[in-house]
Amino acid sequence: MTGPTHIFDKPNRYIGQSAPRADAARLLQGRGRYVDDVSLPRMVHASFVRSPHAHARITAIDTTAAKSCPGVVAIYTGADLAQHVTPYVGVLTHLAGLRSAPQHPLALDVARWQGEPVVMVIATSRALAEDACEHVMVDYDPLPATLDAETALSADAPLIHPEFGSNLAWERVVNAGNIDAAFATPGVKIVEREFRFGRHTGVTLESRGTVCDFDPSEEYLTVYYSGQAPHMMQVIFSKHLGLPEENIRVISNDVGGSFGIKIHTYGDEIATAAAAKLLRRPVKFIADRFESFVTDIHARDHVVRARMGVTEAGTIVGIDFDDLTGIGPFSMYPRTSAIECNQVLNLTGAPYVLENYRARGRVVFQNKTLMCQYRAVGHPIAMAICDGLLEDAARLIGMDPVDLRLRNLMADDSYPRASASGMKLDDLSHQAALRKLTQIMDYDTLRADQAEARKRGVYRGIGFVSMVEVTNPSPMFYGIGGAPIASQDGATVRLDAGGALHVSSSITEQGQGTNAILAQIAAGVFGVDLNRVKVTTGDTATTPYGGGTWASRGAGIGGEAMLQAAQALKDQVLEVAAVMLQTTPDKLDIQNGNVTDPDGTKRMTLADLARTVYYRGNELPSDLKPELIATRHYRVTDFPFVFTNGAMAAQVEVDIETGFVKVLHFWAVEDCGRVINPMLVDEQIRGGVVQGIGGALYEECHYSPEGQMLNATMADYMVPMAAEMPDITVAHIETPTKTSVLGAKGAGEAGTGGAPAAILNAVNDALAPLGASLWQMPMTPERVLTALDAAAG
Amino acid sequence: MTRTVAIDLTVNGERITASVPSRLNLVDFLRNDLGLTGSHVGCEHGVCGACTLTVDGVAVRGCLMLAAQANGCTVTTVEGLSDQGLSTALQAAFTKRNALQCGFCTPGMLASALAYVNAGGTDDRDAIRAHISGNYCRCTGYQAVVEAICDTIKEART
Repeated sequence: MTGPTHIFDKPNRYIGQSAPRADAARLLQGRGRYVDDVSLPRMVHASFVRSPHAHARITAIDTTAAKSCPGVVAIYTGADLAQHVTPYVGVLTHLAGLRSAPQHPLALDVARWQGEPVVMVIATSRALAEDACEHVMVDYDPLPATLDAETALSADAPLIHPEFGSNLAWERVVNAGNIDAAFATPGVKIVEREFRFGRHTGVTLESRGTVCDFDPSEEYLTVYYSGQAPHMMQVIFSKHLGLPEENIRVISNDVGGSFGIKIHTYGDEIATAAAAKLLRRPVKFIADRFESFVTDIHARDHVVRARMGVTEAGTIVGIDFDDLTGIGPFSMYPRTSAIECNQVLNLTGAPYVLENYRARGRVVFQNKTLMCQYRAVGHPIAMAICDGLLEDAARLIGMDPVDLRLRNLMADDSYPRASASGMKLDDLSHQAALRKLTQIMDYDTLRADQAEARKRGVYRGIGFVSMVEVTNPSPMFYGIGGAPIASQDGATVRLDAGGALHVSSSITEQGQGTNAILAQIAAGVFGVDLNRVKVTTGDTATTPYGGGTWASRGAGIGGEAMLQAAQALKDQVLEVAAVMLQTTPDKLDIQNGNVTDPDGTKRMTLADLARTVYYRGNELPSDLKPELIATRHYRVTDFPFVFTNGAMAAQVEVDIETGFVKVLHFWAVEDCGRVINPMLVDEQIRGGVVQGIGGALYEECHYSPEGQMLNATMADYMVPMAAEMPDITVAHIETPTKTSVLGAKGAGEAGTGGAPAAILNAVNDALAPLGASLWQMPMTPERVLTALDAAAG
Repeated sequence: MTRTVAIDLTVNGERITASVPSRLNLVDFLRNDLGLTGSHVGCEHGVCGACTLTVDGVAVRGCLMLAAQANGCTVTTVEGLSDQGLSTALQAAFTKRNALQCGFCTPGMLASALAYVNAGGTDDRDAIRAHISGNYCRCTGYQAVVEAICDTIKEART
């Protein structure tokens, strides 16, 4: 598909400009509207009694004392809510063989992770609800827990769901070419490593929360939802609370960070909706930070044994790996917890020409917090496996890691083509991105600096990653498997009487600048000043139907729908204008809020046209029926995903006395197709890189042998703060996707997906002269020192 | 838990008298009793910085101070900073640099940045990074925040 070039070339195009966000001022003045800012008449507050055990049978619950506490309105157990909420199961048919057990909002007979909600207390304030929780008596009979994913499949491991006969949730094998023959070929050298990726969580600064309001007169549930997929949640509330979909309105106002955390079905939020329905009044639940740490989905937690074969001349002949990941006691509903492992199997090695590829993934149950899709799902693991082995192989054969990449990266003129795992690829620029990266970072100078520093006993390292990112998913991602998740999104553009545009879209805003880029596209394509566009998103009652913003799909899918809608409205308006001006539409244009001649000469204002249509329709021919509103929808066809690519590099300094790693600088070259707003994209990539650095160096959920999370506070779970973070240089290559006129691909997850591999490689480059290497993230000082000790023998 | 304390304070230039539970922290009082929802609650133990606000001219954590302790104090929240024009230059610089994404950390980040600027902080990037290291931002990567604070200091000099 190709589009008229004037969309991108005309004077007030806006697409491609670093326009400041219109909503920045509102957020800067403290006038954001987050869920906890919502306060409704007669609103009451929920607090939860949560399991203190990783695995325990609930033998008795006594709420007598709690019920008499001040301010208590209601108390519900799992059995109480099971009468009103149907259970849910996190499986999808396209993930063949995936199994999970029915899940209830509150645990019924058995609690399966520390933090699982058991009893809900509703009171007139959160403080009083928490007071009453202290008086709820729950008797637990602790059960043996399965915590370690690596022993979860052993014969003596306690079974979390005995009916399954094992703790295996899902397994998949990918096999292309003949890896054994390739590795056995004379002259092929093998590198083999065991990678360990720590368990992370999202730590959105605004914790999860909801305000649910039920109007019994209309059987109507309004949910204020901090999240990414309002229409998906509408279906879930409908299905499990027994209300018609049209009787549920889900509103996402401002969302204080999500990163995939707030796009799942959480028992405490479902319970809050059920309580609102039962009590016929608004109920608020806001997770505190401890609740966030033990109930927000976790991610990563993979152990991977991997091998790569390479010839002396630097041809990579194949990759062979085995990935094991623990996902908690259930597969998360409705997106499932097998997607991350599936992505690792799909994406590892995808930038490179690989003839031979073998991968096995196993997903196992364990008694820890549920794991599911968090920013850059699977990408940090897939990129670290391949590019970690690649730089290890480069050291083995004595070749520069950039040279080894350039020999094996797919050629930029070789698309469309498929990866070894069968992914369809098009419009990528790995070679150009890596060349640009080495230019902007001044690679040769950095290597000289590294050599000079080593003479002073300073250990600096440089590490790279060449990566792909899955963006703009088609129905093949979720819909095909039966999930109520739209892959098609809609946009509406309306010309109001004053000549302004009101636009709405089914994609959502969590801070990326969704609303800003929608306005830029609408203003530019239609032809009005940017400040004359108002945007509505995040409301199932007032926006078109669609999937929301996740998997880096907002700009690419929602943006294209907006482009098409704005173009359709423009066509309509020019038809009306042609009648009024007694000419033909092809002799007119819209520029700067006016109907103009093609050269920009003003003929009439849009306000004059709209006021005539709305107020004085009698002046128009009766067979002219102007709409002044247009809606268009868009979904990706032809491809399961639209891949982007990038090349990134880190320069680090490792203090070999303390084990501390300091990131000195980071560079990212990203090809996300057409860039709509460079400033927003750059800062999103930087934020993603910082999240990736967090995963590589600091972040890890620690558990005791009994399954207690040991660092469930912000003082103990280390996130990146400003002082530790480097400046990050971002550059772009723009290879528009041919799947849309707009040509935009996603950019939101690239940094998080790529940075960990670059950091891993940089640390190992720094450690190499000491004979040490480290393959476990986060690369903490303790682990660095242990690696150095092991090398010293 | 039912003990209450009478307090009399100035919030954003307005005199407030109230009777509050002794255990109520300042940020909950501002948000829930006064409707000043610009101050955000992120961790409730003084680590994340989202509730940073100004008490008697000093940047404090609203979650680590009781409402009762604010008796007799002058409290300025992000709403007050904005309405009284105390942070106009910083807000403009944050907008221009896109030094915010979701906006949840922003009121606290702004209060910390303002304290730095008002104390005569320099445009040294490491010093700025050190100063805002009590304010957690999951979205931006911090670089734009550093740039915005630098811009503000440089422009004030010219």
